[in-house]
Amino acid sequence: MSQAMTTSRPAVQAADVLTIKDLKAYYVNDLFGVRREVRAVDGISLTVRRNEIYGIAGESSSGKTSLIKTLAGAIRPPMRVIDGSVNFDFGGEHIDVYAEPAKMRAARWKNLSYIMQGSMSVLNPVRRIKHAFYNFAFRHMGLDRTAFRARVESHLRKLGLEPNVLEAFPHQLSGGMRQRVTIALATVCEPEFIIADEPTTALDVLVQQDVLGLIKEVQERLGSSVVFVTHDMSVHAAITDRLAIMYAGRLAEEGPTQAMFDTPQHPYTAHLIASLPRIGDVSTRKSLAGKPPSLANPPSGCRFHPRCPIAIDRCTQQVPEMQPSAIGGRVACFRAGEVAVK
Amino acid sequence: MRTLLELDHVTKRYPVGGLFSRQSIKAVNDVSFALDADKPEIFAIVGESGSGKSTMAKMMLGNEVPDAGRLVFDGTDIGTIRTRDQREAFMAKVQPVFQNPFEAFNPLTPVDAYLFATAHRFCAANDQASKERLADTALQRVGLSLAEIKGRFSHELSGGQLQRVAVARALIPSPKLIVADEPVSMVDASLRMSIVNLFRALRDELGVSIIYITHDLATAYYISDRVIIMRSGEVVESGNAREVLDNPQDPYSIALKNAVLPPDPRAAAAAIRERRTRNPPVGQMV
Repeated sequence: MSQAMTTSRPAVQAADVLTIKDLKAYYVNDLFGVRREVRAVDGISLTVRRNEIYGIAGESSSGKTSLIKTLAGAIRPPMRVIDGSVNFDFGGEHIDVYAEPAKMRAARWKNLSYIMQGSMSVLNPVRRIKHAFYNFAFRHMGLDRTAFRARVESHLRKLGLEPNVLEAFPHQLSGGMRQRVTIALATVCEPEFIIADEPTTALDVLVQQDVLGLIKEVQERLGSSVVFVTHDMSVHAAITDRLAIMYAGRLAEEGPTQAMFDTPQHPYTAHLIASLPRIGDVSTRKSLAGKPPSLANPPSGCRFHPRCPIAIDRCTQQVPEMQPSAIGGRVACFRAGEVAVK
Repeated sequence: MRTLLELDHVTKRYPVGGLFSRQSIKAVNDVSFALDADKPEIFAIVGESGSGKSTMAKMMLGNEVPDAGRLVFDGTDIGTIRTRDQREAFMAKVQPVFQNPFEAFNPLTPVDAYLFATAHRFCAANDQASKERLADTALQRVGLSLAEIKGRFSHELSGGQLQRVAVARALIPSPKLIVADEPVSMVDASLRMSIVNLFRALRDELGVSIIYITHDLATAYYISDRVIIMRSGEVVESGNAREVLDNPQDPYSIALKNAVLPPDPRAAAAAIRERRTRNPPVGQMV
């Protein structure tokens, strides 16, 4: 991994850019005296370091998207932050997302940006690409229009895009090109923190590799931190430095990606990795039975216990806390490390 | 050999451009293959977007008519189907499974309604009891039961369960062929294997042949017996799935195989780095 060597910014090693403490964010419906809570983010603590790609994996409806919305301060009713804090540290400047909304507004896009999933729905279909750049980034760069345009063009060239894409409409570009434009859009201000929400899910296999390579390259050049969200474990294997597994609104396991693939500690992680098909191997892959639990009415104790192959009585009653794991990460399981792999 | 489905030099063009520029692109160009009726198999069609995979599926389902060549299913040329009776007889034998189960089912209709409608239409099940029996038998096949599904809407089920309901619906008329167009690409990676394993079981236990259309070589390798690899409408490579994918010959097949991310961090990161240095992306408009 190329660390501070390739960065343009003087990197403070091992400093945490993002610190989340015991975050709880629920979708609360309180209509006609009936209160219904969907606990999408339920007591999550994590830190993201400078200059790393931090992966978040989990099934759909495990709360991945709710978590990143909460950490970006982009929540709307009925979602509410019930408890906990989200703190950013951008090169000495400290921002508490939910205590200082004005500071957060200024930091958005300049320090913290977002690569979204559906590139077609991000870019306005009836306006040329250049307008998207003006709308998103012009205010934060403090340049006049000519200098801004020159800066955007040089940035596009660095990402392997011709500057004439600025004059194109989104439908004139292929899916992979559009996704590269949204990456250019998210990185033009050279932000310290980038959130990527399923950026490769809708793409073809060949294009997917190009896009992943581009995100990695931009991350290394800027020395930024990237939070990378996807349900596809093979994408996490390719790009992330550390990985967190979410299950039903909680973290199941967190640790260095390589170690987690080698020796997963949580049975859910082990299952996710073991179910990946490989070319050259036709042995039967097992799929996990059952379905993800409803977040409105989650199971008692460990939320994974109804689907867990090694659950014991204790799992149905007590909630496992995150403990340091044997592979230098954290894991929430009473029987951590006991699962047989492969 | 008795053929179940035979494609005989099938070509499909789509017109592009305006009224006066009579250009056309060949979505499918001169494709031929045949499925054996006595030996059920999983036949994979692999390619990236724009390679003509979905056009093939539409022609096999009789939704598009080829511009040249013939598709013969069970002795009938699909292009000659005219009357409603002929069409229904054909549909009872060839059933589709679509890409996105959340789009295939109307969110305002309970999913069991689709099962009952199919039972009514193709199995002449006129009373509720026989519809439920047929639906339950099909659901049991895919590892679900009517009790779990009854009255549920699509948003109440996970993507994997919903896709299994879609397969169960396709099974109700006891088809000979299932055409599955990207059946797992919208399903969570962790639930994919449940669908893929199901196809295998259907082939072995019910003797249904399956056309498995995908861009994912890893699952194609895992389940299919034979494979064709398509690029811009043409077949670049075909044959036994394991042989072709273990040792691809065509440069495009090799590129596709290399694009499959290995499920191991060290190897996958190396693959990304290698592709990056080998062909840096150039920005062109399409």
